[in-house]
Amino acid sequence: MDMSTDVELYQLNNLMKSKLHLVKLNLIMSDKFMPHTESEIREMLNKIGVASIDELYGDVPEEVIYREEYDIPSAMSEIELRRHINDLGSKNKTLTIFAGGGAYDHYAPSTVAHLLSRSEFYTAYTPYQPEISQGTLQYIFEYQSMISELTGMEATNASMYDGATAAAEAMFMMVASAKKKNRILISSTVSDRVIRVVETYAKFHGVNLTLIPEKEGITDLEEISTELSKGDVAGVIVPTPNKYGIIEDFTGLADTIHSSKGALAIFADPSTLAVLRTPSEWGADIACGDGQSLGMPLAFGGPYLGYISCSKSMLRKMPGRVVGATTDADGKRAYVLTLQAREQHIRREKATSNICSNQSLMALYATIYMSLLGKEGLKEVNVLSCDGAHYLYHRLIESGKFSPAFDKPFLKEFVVKTELDMEKINSKLLENGIMGGILLGNGMVEFAVTEKRTKEEIDRLVNLIVEG
Amino acid sequence: MKTYDKLIFELSKPGRKGYSLPKNGYGTNGLSAIPDTLLRETPADLPEVSELEVVRHFTNLSSKNFGVDTGFYPLGSCTMKYNPKINEEIAALPAFNNIHPLQDAETAQGSLELYWNLQKMLSNIAGLAEFTLNPYAGAHGELTGLMVMRQYHISRGDHKRTKVIVPNSAHGTNPASAMVAGLEVIEVKSKPNGSIDVEDLKPLLDDTIAGIMMTNPNTLGMFETEILDIAKLVHEAGGLLYYDGANLNPLLGKVRPGDMGFDIMHINLHKTFSTPHGGGGPGSGPVGVASHLVKYLPNPRVKKNVDGKFYVDFGEDSLGNISTFLGNFGVMMKAYAYILTLGKENIKNVGPLATLNANYIKESLKDDYLLPIEGVCKHEFVFDGLKDKSTGVTTLNVAKRLLDYGFHAPTIYFPLLFHESMMIEPTETESKDTLDEFIDVMHKVAKEARETPDEVINAPLTTIVRKLDETTAAKNPILNYKALKANKK
Repeated sequence: MDMSTDVELYQLNNLMKSKLHLVKLNLIMSDKFMPHTESEIREMLNKIGVASIDELYGDVPEEVIYREEYDIPSAMSEIELRRHINDLGSKNKTLTIFAGGGAYDHYAPSTVAHLLSRSEFYTAYTPYQPEISQGTLQYIFEYQSMISELTGMEATNASMYDGATAAAEAMFMMVASAKKKNRILISSTVSDRVIRVVETYAKFHGVNLTLIPEKEGITDLEEISTELSKGDVAGVIVPTPNKYGIIEDFTGLADTIHSSKGALAIFADPSTLAVLRTPSEWGADIACGDGQSLGMPLAFGGPYLGYISCSKSMLRKMPGRVVGATTDADGKRAYVLTLQAREQHIRREKATSNICSNQSLMALYATIYMSLLGKEGLKEVNVLSCDGAHYLYHRLIESGKFSPAFDKPFLKEFVVKTELDMEKINSKLLENGIMGGILLGNGMVEFAVTEKRTKEEIDRLVNLIVEG
Repeated sequence: MKTYDKLIFELSKPGRKGYSLPKNGYGTNGLSAIPDTLLRETPADLPEVSELEVVRHFTNLSSKNFGVDTGFYPLGSCTMKYNPKINEEIAALPAFNNIHPLQDAETAQGSLELYWNLQKMLSNIAGLAEFTLNPYAGAHGELTGLMVMRQYHISRGDHKRTKVIVPNSAHGTNPASAMVAGLEVIEVKSKPNGSIDVEDLKPLLDDTIAGIMMTNPNTLGMFETEILDIAKLVHEAGGLLYYDGANLNPLLGKVRPGDMGFDIMHINLHKTFSTPHGGGGPGSGPVGVASHLVKYLPNPRVKKNVDGKFYVDFGEDSLGNISTFLGNFGVMMKAYAYILTLGKENIKNVGPLATLNANYIKESLKDDYLLPIEGVCKHEFVFDGLKDKSTGVTTLNVAKRLLDYGFHAPTIYFPLLFHESMMIEPTETESKDTLDEFIDVMHKVAKEARETPDEVINAPLTTIVRKLDETTAAKNPILNYKALKANKK
């Protein structure tokens, strides 16, 4: 501390005096999050019948008491905190984004964030006391309803951590439903980042996971039939759209899987389900995926949410919280956490999942987003994204420097091939405030376009790329 | 607005809208590029409502909720402390919120630096070598930590260590996490005071034990005084110690889990570090480990180069990935802001004041409520229901009556060690005034139980809805609007 002035010296002396006084009594100073005054602390200690707060730790072995100061900065005022955070923020670069890879730059109406900031929502716990948690319970019920509309499936849970962990839980559901069959097939056209998580869960839990190869950018369905014929497959996981943005055709797949007594889980981008053929229409038993595409901020990877929907027959194998409608003692409609007999805190070591929370506030986010966009708006988001993506695709192909990687239908994300030095071009794009496509290796580049991108932005992107 | 009970679907009218989007400037209709067979046959029946209707609807729903901002929330084991407002604002800053998780590290140095700083701060506070911030929640942290434990044994070729010891007083997630991680659960008994029975533990420690999961203070809020002996025994047997960070709050400023001999732990940022519970999430469950376990932490990891630049790394010995990207970054920002606000001067008071508050309530109420274990507690304690067992009033009744008086209920019927458990955790952010109001009401309810027990048994009487029919809800599950409509018919 700089003690250049008398005033500061005087203040320091006073501070030292009061601190010494407090040390003697083993009391502590309060700050804005700890409202205790010195006299209150003394009264409370009297009530407890101890002389100091230290006495409350008298049962802790002396050797483990931490007597040093934590190696963290000194307390910051709000002004200093803001300055520090803004300094950090200035080291980030906000870009015009043409990449997806599981996180999409969709737009959420301003209303979403405003409603989400109501602290009656965000400062509540899991709705264990339904009489004073009807707000949370009802929005989860509405969330479940909307996700079920998108997937076409009968039941949806209150949400999972993210898409990848939802896919891992779908794997467990299928193993638990199959009885004695322990093998799951997963298409290698599912996002690599999802597969890696599913692999980790499978490895430790002891599920036999087989990766189904891709053929020209889509799942090799013949390979699935071959594996199914071995008779030990509990379930199959395939994506829509897949990791290349391709909308795969799963005609007949569910029948093939069901005839060998397996289950089908489809990993689907929920936003696209406003227009694309649904997991239910493909005959799936489970739908799962990441809710980020429902207007959630990119937020450097989270929080997002994972969703799981399933058919009625799978309902009691579904993990996580579920909200159901019921009535109260006066016959009034109300909502409550239900089917809890499935859950880990009841089943303990017999549980088939350990999740005991949900991404509740993100489920609220998705619910408000879907309410605002509604039946037509979510379709329009897809049409605009699809139009933009196809415009970019055609412009790249027309430049003569790109060729189609796969000649397959896509919505908002696609892959093209090039011999250009894309690493160099992506660096140049960054200098121009643009996040270009994701480099998949072998000259393959994956672009994504959402409704937030404009024709002018796309033209500028193409010009910067083609200029080299 | 107590009477509002519409579902958003019931406000819907064809043609209404609550959004505006730019005009299509491409002159094409993209969907025509997709074959009809790949498009959905029937439209998703999402509501069609105006913006104001959406605003009123969700505002009305919010008024049916009770949060920390509404009133005292003494929910045991959940650490319902105040959620500072500036943290919300910080986490929503566009400079962080608009960063794509796959952006080049060079353009995300601010986010990475914050992430790295938080890893370091948590490591120091925990007394452990390194942290991963990837796990999304406490239970996810447990699972990740147990995977680290297994990966450690497997990588040493020690394949027979497939069992984990869990106290019978543990949180329900402990055994469930062990099961998901592929471990067999062995229960160790608790002594009457809830502490682990060391004599019962000894014979369990053989070469099939991967480790033990503990929380300290335990679920009764009592410090495990024999922790150093337990750590020595488990380590000598070749096992690792896992610390369930659910009860970390009373130790802030007093004890570091690493110093007690724990090798792995998770922290609930949404408990100890003030991030909101969000009605059930998102939380964040960072996992810390001792130095010999660092290489097993999940991918990806955030590291700092010699040139001071931050980067995302993928380790070869890692147990694998447990999250799509780098975890709930938005939640981490709030915890980071909280630590900086308190600073090293104030953070050390968190544990002591949380402990002071808990002991004050305990001593003030033990004349009316049955305290099964005497002595100082830490941040929470458990009553075994009302002291006077002749009234017929249960813990559930007391909990519901508290709602009538404007308080959230304590955690009830957990831990399972007692029949009428009532677990109370006030946290350090509550003033003596609030505690005194709660104590008065608890005394009043005890008095009602003796004099007018029906008022307590029929509670709640004044809430927006009353006692719910949970049996029918489970027997005939109605899980969405479509099912609700069908059920009406």
